[in-house]
Amino acid sequence: MSISFNWIDELVGLRGELSDPQGLAERLTMTAAAVEKVETVGARLDGIVVSRVLETRPHPNADRLTLCKVDRGAGEVLDVVCGAPVIATGGLYPHVAPGGELPAGFRIESRKIRGELSHGMLCSEAELELGRDKGGIMRLADGLEPGAPLAPALGLPDTRLTLDLNPNRVDLACHVGVAREVGGLPTPRDFGGAAWTPEWRDGESEAGGAGVTVRIEDIDRCPRYMAAVIRGVRIGPSPAWLAGRLLAVGVRPISNVVDATNYVLHEYNQPLHAFDLARLSGAEIRVRAAVTGEPLTTLDGQEHKLAPEQTVIADRDRAIAFAGVMGGLDTEVTEDTVDLLIECASFDPSGVRRTRTRAGLSTDASYRFERGIDVHAQERALARCVELIVATAGGEADLIGLRAGPAPAPVPPIDVRVSRVNQVLGFGLGGAEVRAALEPIGFKALSAGEGGAAGDGGAGGNGATDVLHISVPGWRTDIAREIDLVEEVARRVGYDAGAGQDRRFRPSAVPADPRVEKAARVRELLTARGLLEARSLSFMPEDFRGNRAVVPVPNPLSAEESCLRSAMVPVLLRRLEHNYARGNRNVRLFELGTVFAYAAGAGPAEEADGTGRFEESGRVGGVITGTRRPDHWSGPALDYDLWDLKEIAGSFADRLCGAMLVPFDDAVARDATESGASLAGPWLSRGGFRAVKDGRVVGVAGVVDEASLDAPPWAAPAFGLEFDLAAVEGRSVPAYRKTSPFPAVRRDLSMTVPRGVPAADIEGAVREATSDLLRDVRLFDVYSGEEIEGGRLGLAWTFRFRAPDRTLTDQDVESEMSALSTALEKRFGARIRRS
Amino acid sequence: MTPAGASLLDRLAAIEGKGLAAIGEATDSATLESARVEYLGRNGQLADVMSLIGTVEAQARRDVGQRANAVKTVLRGALEERAKALESAVRGPRARIDRTLPARERWVGGVHPVTRVIDEICEIFAEIGFTSVLGPEIESTWYNFTALNIPLDHPAADMMDTFYLEKDVVLRTHTSPVQARVMEAFRPPVRVVVPGLAYRRDSFDPSHAPAFEQIEGLAVDEGVDFVEFRAAIEHFVHHFFGPGTKTRFRPSFYPFTEPSAEVDVSCTVCANGCSTCKRTGWITIMGSGMVDPAVFKAVGYDPERYTGYAFGMGPARIAMVRHGIPDMRLLYEGEMSFLQQFA
Ligand SMILES: [Zn+2]
Repeated sequence: MSISFNWIDELVGLRGELSDPQGLAERLTMTAAAVEKVETVGARLDGIVVSRVLETRPHPNADRLTLCKVDRGAGEVLDVVCGAPVIATGGLYPHVAPGGELPAGFRIESRKIRGELSHGMLCSEAELELGRDKGGIMRLADGLEPGAPLAPALGLPDTRLTLDLNPNRVDLACHVGVAREVGGLPTPRDFGGAAWTPEWRDGESEAGGAGVTVRIEDIDRCPRYMAAVIRGVRIGPSPAWLAGRLLAVGVRPISNVVDATNYVLHEYNQPLHAFDLARLSGAEIRVRAAVTGEPLTTLDGQEHKLAPEQTVIADRDRAIAFAGVMGGLDTEVTEDTVDLLIECASFDPSGVRRTRTRAGLSTDASYRFERGIDVHAQERALARCVELIVATAGGEADLIGLRAGPAPAPVPPIDVRVSRVNQVLGFGLGGAEVRAALEPIGFKALSAGEGGAAGDGGAGGNGATDVLHISVPGWRTDIAREIDLVEEVARRVGYDAGAGQDRRFRPSAVPADPRVEKAARVRELLTARGLLEARSLSFMPEDFRGNRAVVPVPNPLSAEESCLRSAMVPVLLRRLEHNYARGNRNVRLFELGTVFAYAAGAGPAEEADGTGRFEESGRVGGVITGTRRPDHWSGPALDYDLWDLKEIAGSFADRLCGAMLVPFDDAVARDATESGASLAGPWLSRGGFRAVKDGRVVGVAGVVDEASLDAPPWAAPAFGLEFDLAAVEGRSVPAYRKTSPFPAVRRDLSMTVPRGVPAADIEGAVREATSDLLRDVRLFDVYSGEEIEGGRLGLAWTFRFRAPDRTLTDQDVESEMSALSTALEKRFGARIRRS
Repeated sequence: MTPAGASLLDRLAAIEGKGLAAIGEATDSATLESARVEYLGRNGQLADVMSLIGTVEAQARRDVGQRANAVKTVLRGALEERAKALESAVRGPRARIDRTLPARERWVGGVHPVTRVIDEICEIFAEIGFTSVLGPEIESTWYNFTALNIPLDHPAADMMDTFYLEKDVVLRTHTSPVQARVMEAFRPPVRVVVPGLAYRRDSFDPSHAPAFEQIEGLAVDEGVDFVEFRAAIEHFVHHFFGPGTKTRFRPSFYPFTEPSAEVDVSCTVCANGCSTCKRTGWITIMGSGMVDPAVFKAVGYDPERYTGYAFGMGPARIAMVRHGIPDMRLLYEGEMSFLQQFA
């Protein structure tokens, strides 16, 4: 929203710190609406003067150029070559003389253009940095003297403040609104004509007069429609002061009539529309629902096919405007327009929203109607517009006001308790302070019984009572409840008011969610293993190989984001590919996140039943590939292999979940979980490990299948893991176990076993066969070769024994060793190699 | 002496002989090192024998032990001498190892910069009594909008372009629905912070992401007022951004808070205007306000008895300001060289 500093100053006379645009911006930001930008409009126009074009003739050597004789005042007449198409003889235009400069710093000199000498140039709005319109030379209204400096004629330079309005403060979308907020009662400019007091031709849903009828056919969508009929106007450029005001707020001046409606919009917030009365068939205005398929071409040239949810203004035969959004091309005001119908109406906010959403439009008018206009100020706004048109475009015959629909209901006053203000704010205010905060911006404390206030004795806020009866001004459509007034008080007193006790700490009755701590444990374990945490969007492309539980996003932004992720590893593999694209061979990523699926039994085809159709669960995924350590000059670094993955997944399973990591060879695990979003995906088709807890698979890990990853030839094997966060246990506190002060005894043992005996089974048998003196079992070599008989495998183990209370004797250890040797020989056919 | 003891002594003699030969024959440091590993290394031949001393009958252990130590001393001396000889041969007598050679590094893991921001925020609020809770990302329109005083057909909904999964099911557009869920489940005093993902149909660009982190805060009790709210937020700002940071509260609008406030902190980058603060000297870090009585009504709290405040922050934006990250998309790319900077 653009606000002109000069305009506000004209309305209320800004003083003190507000007399500086920065001061005004600061005040607005801290009490009403953030000012995003403060910029000067019409700076560096020093060399530009008003000039009159005395005569024009075509350039002899160029079709598109015109030769003009230009009067710069004080008898100075210059030849100027002009490239713009329409130059009116006798018209006023801005001129920059040779030696002068355009605002952008471009210096103008006399020069020959296609053989004709040109002294300076006539300027467009864009060249003067007053607007974006590069099309034509800026036409100025009569009434200015050639030679007059341009800037003061336009009321420039000015400062434009760009406001970021909160959605509830649409009243600040106009200059009178901002003026009220900072300076009390604004005094609008006197247009120099007589005030118009309309002679209303009223009617409940239809009104007629001056040969025109207006009829509201849908009173819900349009509670009120007022119109003014003016005959005999002369369309032309607006006076310079008016054009300057519009330029200052970034609106392009078009013609005196259209500019008048825009001026009143920016002054009073009331959207108005001017129709060319001669183009209304049947001289009728009807407000009605659109008919399916009905055509309408809007002012911007777009053609629309209408739907009944849209509201239109129509004449006898056809739709001529989107109600509260935009006018139609057919009935717009042109240079030839003589008779006008000015619309000033109330439209239902949600109706306007439906109308413009379907049409794909958003306009100054729809913005205001959707948020609520001041229905009590509409007559005044219409009168302002008529006065301005009559003052700038003439016309008057048949000047008449038509009004259909009931008068707006009075705004009910609101009771506000001073005690409530203090309960919410803690500012410790008295009744008088509350009144003093509210009254300068249009609220009023009523005495009991006044304005329909309930009244519990005592006049409004004299301190004798807690309750103030506050009347609400019509423009504050956002104020309906006591709490709304509490906010008003806070704003006006200042959000930094009140220095109550500094009480920060209070206890909470809500226990912490255990998932937060579990996530911290996961991060700790994985970062300690050199993995970096990634965060990616929760979406994945549709082509993720067919799982009917995958939830599509009905209105996705792109095909890449057309489904909600059902697993973490596939999403991380895309991150891995991104790293490959950057030439990164060593990648170690993990991510915690949510995966989504249709709940078991609910497929896309079944009936919708709220959030119960979906399930979401916490997951962690990880991928590792590349070298185990950074390269070092002392020797090559080896790549991660299955045993590194097994350590990470195994530690995760064991330390975080209390689960067992077991190998699997096929893709059976893909559907091993009961949840719709399966842990394993196609990436795990070559098998790997799964973590099992209470008979349930809570995690998987393995080599990433080649088909699931677009890896360059230089990439190392990639490994993935995915765990269900629900399986992660809370932090447990380990109990101290006595450490032994006595030395451990180590024994090494080499053996051969038939191939195919799982190492884990051997270790299990060792632990079974020995007592608790055995503290540690480690496999330190696996070998095969000539010295080993065919079909067998050599394994070399180290065992450590230790007692808590004594030094072990040879006998202790020997008996353990022989027990385990016997067990292995018996159970697996192990052959122990004795040295 | 028993056969076991005798055989160990034999092996020690062999180790001494072969070891000295290997050391003597070494002509570069690599060969010398492999000789050291072979004979004196942790899993070398000498260690092998020493590990077997325990298996020898007690009276022979002493002899074997002494002999083993003697062999070790001899081999070590020879090794050192040979090393010196080789070094002086290569670099002259006073040369030393080049200690400017790079160290042997390890991969260092780490959490995401946005996680770090979230964790710090939770910790700071934990100091003043807030617990961390979570909520679902798929949410009903009741919790996401209606319970928060947002009519489905209101311009306020314009602020959030929503992913609808069903007519009345959305990907939550903010973490605020957890406010309603917590209040339905617990009676005051309620003090929670809620980190989590939220979704809006924003295209992925330097300052927007369709899925982004949010952290919500809610405090409800008897007697909680705007002054207390300010104190809590200033506590947070001083601990997170530093004690010298200034805070300002200015009017805003949220359907579920009133009065509503934007919280700005003085720019952490500049003294008088930079691109981070858009030349204003202030950075907006949160939307906040006093909980609207309509929200209390929706969750069954008595709005006359209880008051409270709520706030929401974007940890991704805060991480961008904190680290000077110019483009939000960098946070979600998972690029190693990016993530490593914050590990
Ligand atoms: Zn700055």
